Amino acid sequence: MIEAILTIGGIGLISSLGLGIAAKKFAVEIDPKIEAVDNALPGVNCGACGFAGCHGFAEAVVAGLAEVNGCLAGGESVACKVAALMGVEAGAVDKMIARLMCQGGINKTKLKYQYMGINDCQAANLLAGGNKACAFGCLGLGSCAWVCPVEAIKISDDGLALVDEGLCIGCGKCVDICPKNVIKLAPHNQAVTVLCNSVDKGALVRKQCQIGCIGCMKCKKVCPEDAVSINSFLAHIDPDKCSSCGACVKNCPTKCIRSI
Amino acid sequence: MKNYKFVGGIHPPANKLSAKLPIEKAPLPKKVILPLAQHIGAPNEAIVAKGEEVIIGQVIGQNKKAFVSALVHASISGKVIDVAPYPHPLGLKIPAIVIEASDEQPDAGYKQEKTNILSEDPAHVQGLIYAAGLVGLGGATFPTHVKLSPPENKPIDTLIINGAECEPYLTADHRIMLEYPNQLIKGIQALMHILGIKQAIIGIEYNKPDAIEVLSHAVKNTSGIQVAGLKVKYPQGSEKHLIKALLNREVPLPPGLPMDVGVVVQNIGTIYAVYEALYWGKPLIERVVTVTGSGIKTPKNLLVRIGTPIADIIEYCGGLTDDAAKIILGGPMMGMAQYTTEVPVIKGTSGILVQTESEVPASAYHDCIRCGKCVSICPMCLLPNLLGIYAEKQMFAEAEAAGVLNCLECGCCVYVCPANRPMIQMIKHAKASIMAKRRKAKAA
Repeated sequence: MIEAILTIGGIGLISSLGLGIAAKKFAVEIDPKIEAVDNALPGVNCGACGFAGCHGFAEAVVAGLAEVNGCLAGGESVACKVAALMGVEAGAVDKMIARLMCQGGINKTKLKYQYMGINDCQAANLLAGGNKACAFGCLGLGSCAWVCPVEAIKISDDGLALVDEGLCIGCGKCVDICPKNVIKLAPHNQAVTVLCNSVDKGALVRKQCQIGCIGCMKCKKVCPEDAVSINSFLAHIDPDKCSSCGACVKNCPTKCIRSI
Repeated sequence: MKNYKFVGGIHPPANKLSAKLPIEKAPLPKKVILPLAQHIGAPNEAIVAKGEEVIIGQVIGQNKKAFVSALVHASISGKVIDVAPYPHPLGLKIPAIVIEASDEQPDAGYKQEKTNILSEDPAHVQGLIYAAGLVGLGGATFPTHVKLSPPENKPIDTLIINGAECEPYLTADHRIMLEYPNQLIKGIQALMHILGIKQAIIGIEYNKPDAIEVLSHAVKNTSGIQVAGLKVKYPQGSEKHLIKALLNREVPLPPGLPMDVGVVVQNIGTIYAVYEALYWGKPLIERVVTVTGSGIKTPKNLLVRIGTPIADIIEYCGGLTDDAAKIILGGPMMGMAQYTTEVPVIKGTSGILVQTESEVPASAYHDCIRCGKCVSICPMCLLPNLLGIYAEKQMFAEAEAAGVLNCLECGCCVYVCPANRPMIQMIKHAKASIMAKRRKAKAA
């Protein structure tokens, strides 16, 4: 009996001594700053900052490899908190959000064929570029919704990937996975946008879709700020110049320019 | 000849509706669309411009830099009316040359059959094959001259002629074997001459006893060519499985090729094109296409000019039935469904299959039930169920490790799947993503 107690107790004593010494000798010093910055971050590990998750970003900030306003998901409030911890000015944060540059749902755009495959836009894109007549439009199978870390994207009944701009953190994962490049990052305060991605000629766009940009130049003519440019039959609005007056929205014949 | 076993495979209904119909010459098209990429390898560049007059057999597309490439020839005489992207049977729009036929249509090639091919220098004969723009006509469209130039460290001892035609519905090769046996023998002898080998085997599935008989008779007075019957099983006509069945040699996994085990495989259609190119100086401007399926009014075996829009061919075959639902270029197992009849017949188009509404499977597919049917029939011994799930979940690294790149895309797994899962689409998706990633890594 006594031997057993001594043996087990002895082993316990020796092991705990070893562990105690090892803990002192091989201790890894963690900068309390990293932990503080990590705690200030949103913690969704979206990877939009370009580092491996929030902890990676925190390490990079403390090491001076990343800007304090590098967390796109957190926006201004997080940037301020991180800046305060680091003792610097936060600077301006341009919060970006994902925006679907297409309004051609299945009721508005013609279909080339009946698609019967897997719900994956990239796979569908391998089959003659998807079933939409327009080669640039949203395929609506939801690859973007699948990768979105905050579930900000829902596929509408019309077959379009709708982004909830209140939830979107601007990580850009949907932009990367979209085979049509029809989701783009835009400044969150840009109100007036051309919601079309087609660079086909106007006549062809008309045949394919009721709500596409036909490059008619009307928006360019009515814009008082000269913010509209037309490149390969597709209008583009410069957010820096746009005053959100809405003249182009009123004059667009296909209603592809929207004020959000 | 003894047949060795290969693992897996299925027995779909043969449905060879057009097996008894002789090859018929289709009327000359008014317009041909000739895509600049009709083969595996580097795409061609147009060497004629819009407005130019071209004559039949003239080279109009060429890639001077790449070895793995095949010339494109004008398949009719006429005027080039457009050089622009047009719908291609593989799906996307690809640059093509459009020729409008003129009133005068001369024949291509020599007036008389040549006789001295077997006494000419093999290298010269091989040059003729390149000049004719020949590719594998079974459907894979690998340039023939590349297959005929193995590196020196890989000696070839056997030529296998693929007459399996294991795809249901298709009968083009079957008809060529029945109608042109002596020409095929001449083509085979020419290829043996180029490769400098003494052995050739023609493999034909036992469901074509008439073709086996005709060719056995034709090889009687030749040396080194034998005819071998093959078990009826899909995919017997896959090169790897054909080599295994006839010679019991296993082709190494990709990038392994038949030449690694000393074999060159050519399809029956290719052999006939070789004969025409060498003995008649005719480049690859036409091919036999099986027009078939219950959605077409009169199935036919047609000799069609390359570049003919399939709409013209369907019209010549009496048009579509009212319940026609799906047009597939190639066979039902590996062919590609089309969304427009504006696509042309290209070098690799072995058939035009029209299915009716009742034959097209229902759209819904379900989760994998792990029944293991696909695993037991996969001729490459892969786990198609797992590969499909990986692709669905975007786990491409895992799919690659599980051998997705070895898949032949033969479609056996989809054929047997009780949950209706489109495994081939998933696998193609995984392959495309892995290749895109590799290209990206290479560019970086």
